[in-house]
Amino acid sequence: MPARTFSARLRPALVGVLGLSTLTGILYPLAVTGLAKALFPRQAGGSLLRSGNQVLGSALIGQAINDPGLFWTRPSATLGTDGRPAPYNALASGGSNLGPSNPELARAAQIRIALLKAADPGNQAPVPVDLVTASGSGLDPHITPEAALYQAGRVARARGLPEAGIRALVAAHTEGPQLGFLGAPRVNVMKLNLALAELR
Amino acid sequence: MNTAWLQALAYLGLLLILSAPLGTYIGRILEGERTILHPALAPVERALLRLMGVQGEEMEWKAYTGAILLFNLLGGLAVFALLKGQGHLPLNPGHMGGLPTDLAFNTAVSFTTNTNWQTYGGETTMSHLSQMLGLAVQNFLSAATAIAVLAALVRGFARRESKGLGNAWVDLVRSTLYILLPLSFIFALALVSQGVVQTFAGAVHTASGQGIALGPVASQVAIKMLGTNGGGFFNANAAHPFENPTPLSSFLQMLAILLIPAALCHAFGRMVRDRRQGWALLAAMTLLFVGALATTASAESRPNPQLAQIGVAQPAGNMEGKEVRFGVPGTALFATATTAASCGAVNSTHDSLSPLGGLVPLWLIQLGEVVFGGVGSGLYGMLLFALVGVFISGLMVGRTPEYLGKKIEAFEMKMVSIAILLPPAVVLVGTALGVLLPAALPSVSNPGPHGFTEVLYAFSSAANNNGSAFAGLNANTPFYNWTLAFAMLVGRYGTILPVLALAGSLARKKITPEGPGTLPTHTPLFVATLMGVVLLVGALTFLPSLALGPIAEQLSLR
Repeated sequence: MPARTFSARLRPALVGVLGLSTLTGILYPLAVTGLAKALFPRQAGGSLLRSGNQVLGSALIGQAINDPGLFWTRPSATLGTDGRPAPYNALASGGSNLGPSNPELARAAQIRIALLKAADPGNQAPVPVDLVTASGSGLDPHITPEAALYQAGRVARARGLPEAGIRALVAAHTEGPQLGFLGAPRVNVMKLNLALAELR
Repeated sequence: MNTAWLQALAYLGLLLILSAPLGTYIGRILEGERTILHPALAPVERALLRLMGVQGEEMEWKAYTGAILLFNLLGGLAVFALLKGQGHLPLNPGHMGGLPTDLAFNTAVSFTTNTNWQTYGGETTMSHLSQMLGLAVQNFLSAATAIAVLAALVRGFARRESKGLGNAWVDLVRSTLYILLPLSFIFALALVSQGVVQTFAGAVHTASGQGIALGPVASQVAIKMLGTNGGGFFNANAAHPFENPTPLSSFLQMLAILLIPAALCHAFGRMVRDRRQGWALLAAMTLLFVGALATTASAESRPNPQLAQIGVAQPAGNMEGKEVRFGVPGTALFATATTAASCGAVNSTHDSLSPLGGLVPLWLIQLGEVVFGGVGSGLYGMLLFALVGVFISGLMVGRTPEYLGKKIEAFEMKMVSIAILLPPAVVLVGTALGVLLPAALPSVSNPGPHGFTEVLYAFSSAANNNGSAFAGLNANTPFYNWTLAFAMLVGRYGTILPVLALAGSLARKKITPEGPGTLPTHTPLFVATLMGVVLLVGALTFLPSLALGPIAEQLSLR
């Protein structure tokens, strides 16, 4: 192929890739970022929960909790940089990827049931499924209303508060399906625990 | 469970309603007519085409193919270079180093072929620059590529005794500029309103020491869905609360996945001057989708027998790998949509789906992703099956088969056969290697039939350019990075090349007027024939391997 026709063929490809990359890879994300910051600054920055200058966390990202006086989030399968379990590691999201027939799935659930029972020996209710299964992201900030009510007795005793008050708080923090038909009823554990701290 | 029904009905209803006007709009763009966006975007289009030195002359099929391949080659090389060199480039607050060659190659191929198979974790591997200027750019350009290929094929049907299929450069620029960019812009902002993050800042650290990764996520997620790419900004993809924070954001993302593929059916009908033809294809897709969705949703809502035995209350269904905010209905719908299309984004970990709940997504991928399918690729795939449909019908009555007035002869059927059979061949051979070679076996993470399914899913996903995974499989090994990259290339270009050759051959034919013996291709009878062909080819090819994987697992689980 003569050099001239080759460069004539290469030019549209080269300029096309460069031009469209500039449009879609630089100008487009810059424009979205600018407008997002102007219209939805809180959401664009990660829906952070602050207390004064301190960042407590994000309303959308769960945290590992094992204080019996707080509501627990779901099990999390995220790992640390060393490859060891590091629940709710929001620098490396992920699920367990355990298959439904994998015996490890039942073993992990049994360990979790034992932890829940040890913290709440008198509770004879069956354990709700979301408290013994890891979420897909490992960062799920929500639990089902059943999982929150399951923990109400333990939280009430640990804080020396009447259980009815805790249950009312759970009810007040239960979100129904969005727009009435999207998604499942849920309780945001981050917000529930913050409200709990103000209950005294 | 009535909200589950409402969600599914609202989803399909909205999808079908929105697809008609959008399809008309896309049809106008592909035929070079003026639209409402021309006053704003036409100057950009003219400037870019002038810089490229493109006058918009008609291309015959070989030139069209050459342009597409060169465009993808340069795009892929740019991503590869960016991934290798990201350690020395700006916008890298997490100080990510360059990628190893096998991983950089796999990822460049993956995003250029619209697969978005990811053997890396986004927030632990990629700089912000690699995400936005490498991966997100190919999200746009690979989708534009498939729209261009589809446009060429449709012109092959619509034109008579013509050599030209349009101009590939014009099609690529217009698809990006008028279709993908404006829609992405609107979707990105809608997603931010729900809580998807959009910032160039690095991770924040909380008072208690939790590090939280951030990034320019919304702009990338919008095109990841609209372009049926599926590559997540974060490792957990659309299960991550910053990629998909609310049930509404999930609903919008599912809508974005199938919106353009559904609309293209209408654009096709408009371009061949018979909108009923587009409706027929859309009807077949919708019916197949409903069957798949019902199966997944019912399988996932059942309790896991292992957990039932140890006394776990499972009113919510199978919740391992799922997010509470989506629940089983929102997850089953997402899993069905993402694998019906060539998207591959996931809002749960598919590896933890129940055996039958995982079988459906896997099989949808193996059918060639023609139930709506990927942007462009879904419809050109479905048109291939339509040709098989008229061919089989023609054999039954002893007439030369025709579709839209074009005689379907030996050359056309050869191209159709190659395009339909190459990906399954790669899937089956690749899976066999994956379970035979000692170098490959340690990658399998779950025991028993489920482990086999992990390998089968990986090759099905790669060779059909889906990108979702049974992610327990450790695919970041040289064996998987190279073989799956090969599978993605064959799956993409092993279809695009025969489709464009087919387009060239069809365009040269004359259009035979309809006669009393012509098989109408817009009737319920043809819709049923088409669905039968898709299901039959898929079942004949994959039932034995599905029996070894999910079906064996379902039977063993008690």
